[in-house]
Amino acid sequence: MTVLAPITRLVGPALLILGAAVVLLPFFWMLSLSLKPADEIFAPGIHLLPSQIEWRNYLKAFEEVPLHRYLLNGVIVCGGILVFQILIAVPCAYALAQRRFWLNGAIFTLVLAGLLVPYHVTAIPVFLGLAELDLLNTYGALIIPFVASVFGIFLFRQFFATLPADLIDAARVDGLSEMAIVWRIAFPNAWPAATAFGIFSVVAHWNDLFWPLIAVSDPDLATPPRGILYFRDEEAGSDFGPLMAATTIITAPLVIAFLLAQRKFIQGVTMSGLKG
Amino acid sequence: MRRLWWKIVDTSGAAISLTVMIELKDVTRRFGTAVALDRISLTIEEGSFTSLLGPSGCGKSTTLRIIAGLDQPSEGDVVFAGRSVTGMTAAERNIAMVFQSYALYPHMTVRQNITLPLAMREMSRWERMVLLDRLLPSARRKSAALADKVHAVAAMLHIEALLDRKPNALSGGQKQRAAVARALVRDPVAFLLDEPLSNLDAALRVQMRSELTDLHRRTGRTFIYVTHDQSEAMSMSDRIAVIMQGRIVQVGRPPEIYEQPATREVAAFIGDHPINFLEVRAAAGPLPPPFDAFALDGAEAGRRIVVGLRPEGLRPAADGALIGRIERLEYLGSQAVATVALGGGYSVRAVLPTESGVAAVGEAVRLGFDAGRVHLFDAGSGERLAAGLVPLASGAVRPARRTTR
Repeated sequence: MTVLAPITRLVGPALLILGAAVVLLPFFWMLSLSLKPADEIFAPGIHLLPSQIEWRNYLKAFEEVPLHRYLLNGVIVCGGILVFQILIAVPCAYALAQRRFWLNGAIFTLVLAGLLVPYHVTAIPVFLGLAELDLLNTYGALIIPFVASVFGIFLFRQFFATLPADLIDAARVDGLSEMAIVWRIAFPNAWPAATAFGIFSVVAHWNDLFWPLIAVSDPDLATPPRGILYFRDEEAGSDFGPLMAATTIITAPLVIAFLLAQRKFIQGVTMSGLKG
Repeated sequence: MRRLWWKIVDTSGAAISLTVMIELKDVTRRFGTAVALDRISLTIEEGSFTSLLGPSGCGKSTTLRIIAGLDQPSEGDVVFAGRSVTGMTAAERNIAMVFQSYALYPHMTVRQNITLPLAMREMSRWERMVLLDRLLPSARRKSAALADKVHAVAAMLHIEALLDRKPNALSGGQKQRAAVARALVRDPVAFLLDEPLSNLDAALRVQMRSELTDLHRRTGRTFIYVTHDQSEAMSMSDRIAVIMQGRIVQVGRPPEIYEQPATREVAAFIGDHPINFLEVRAAAGPLPPPFDAFALDGAEAGRRIVVGLRPEGLRPAADGALIGRIERLEYLGSQAVATVALGGGYSVRAVLPTESGVAAVGEAVRLGFDAGRVHLFDAGSGERLAAGLVPLASGAVRPARRTTR
């Protein structure tokens, strides 16, 4: 027992390290390729580390395609989606969590049902609708379909349901309107939920390739993943160095944002009773 | 609307000295089919300290929420200073409330917590806007005035040093003070307090009791206080409304409630020591034991009655009417609570003095009581009977005094 103890204690961390290595390997490979000179990328054999750091791949990434334009589009689209999602989801969630009204339960059931529908299912009707409104090939086409987020409503509702009823009543006694309660009392106390939701939302839409591929064909409106595709369509299909450099650049903001918000994110996810 | 109402209250409060401030008229509240409040009528006088007292789930908090405007009656009317306020919101009624959980806004400092209700009342939407509040001259002027008020209230409650802290950095007692300050700051029509002391430890609770009564005296405002703790209600209030199962069973000054409880349940609820109930059948002559030294005056024979004897009203006496043996003894220092078996299946608890030595378990005792302070109830309905015990044999007990203070 005493002899085995150190070994059993090592098993857990060892498994975790192994798992992390498996998950991180593609990222590491991407980073490594983005720093390798072109001839080294196709050299036979596996060399994890570049023999010399090749920064020119990063310059080339910006030269070959308007990468800055794609990044800007990503910021506009993800920012727009997030702002509208919060503007809509927070009052809805407050109403569902803290107000009693007819069909409250039924509406919440519909929200839960909405969580089960993948958005690919509704893509064609939404596309037709946008075409009808003449909105295809605009930022609107990239933002409007996502402004009402059932996931956001669900996440915030779970969070608002934990707010003590006395707190809301105190605000009513103090003369706050229901909307004022939403934005001045409920929302400021929901920062963990807001952070978690923000990360979920931004990651999903930043990485989304499916919808931009359908809704826009104008290269000036391309989001980062769509932009990468232009990259590969160019004749320089073999130019993997700059491609990997571009991929690194568009992945980096998400990784950095997550690391900064990690603690709040985990709080938000665990406090809403949602695991995973 | 809000402005107008505020003016009405202001003038009527100053010009006519209306004695009735708040009135509930046949208020019924149903939740689905369950009746939480059953035709409650109550008048609360201006400047009084009224307690709503009752066991948990009796409807006292619902009553307070209906007075506050946080809940609306299913039937009936709420009247403030002669004017119906049914349907108005809490803010329109201009009441202030202290909650059991204090309900301080966790993301704001104590200063912001106290300022918020003032700002909502005194400043316009634009003056409250973030950023704009620094630019508008009127907003700057007003917020300076508000800051003075906040400081005055904080000084009154001795929390000036805590103004820049967030609520989670405060102790229970400090949160309590901050919550009271937030209620006090904006000059409301009435203060509603919903079990504000129940989350404090015992010592602090006693201290806050006297601070709250002090505050009531200094402000001269109407206080409505909800509690399930009879000693709080007894020690703090001018008037107590006892609520049980959604009805008001008795309203009166604390001594009235203690000395003349309207029902058996009220008698059981009031008092530091639980009252003794002994059920006997009324007889034409002497009552059956253990009350064979008494006759019943004012109740027909054969009726089942409950005799209520307060443990603190029983005392050892050489000529006492109740003879028994001590079964159990709880020593409390200045006094001891004895459980005395009287025979015939009856037993009573009595508070015995300890200065002349403590009796031992198994010892025989005779207990006497003042026949005028005995409570008689109908065994069926639990209603107080207008009857009294009359001692039979002279010298067996002290003469009955029917007068009550």
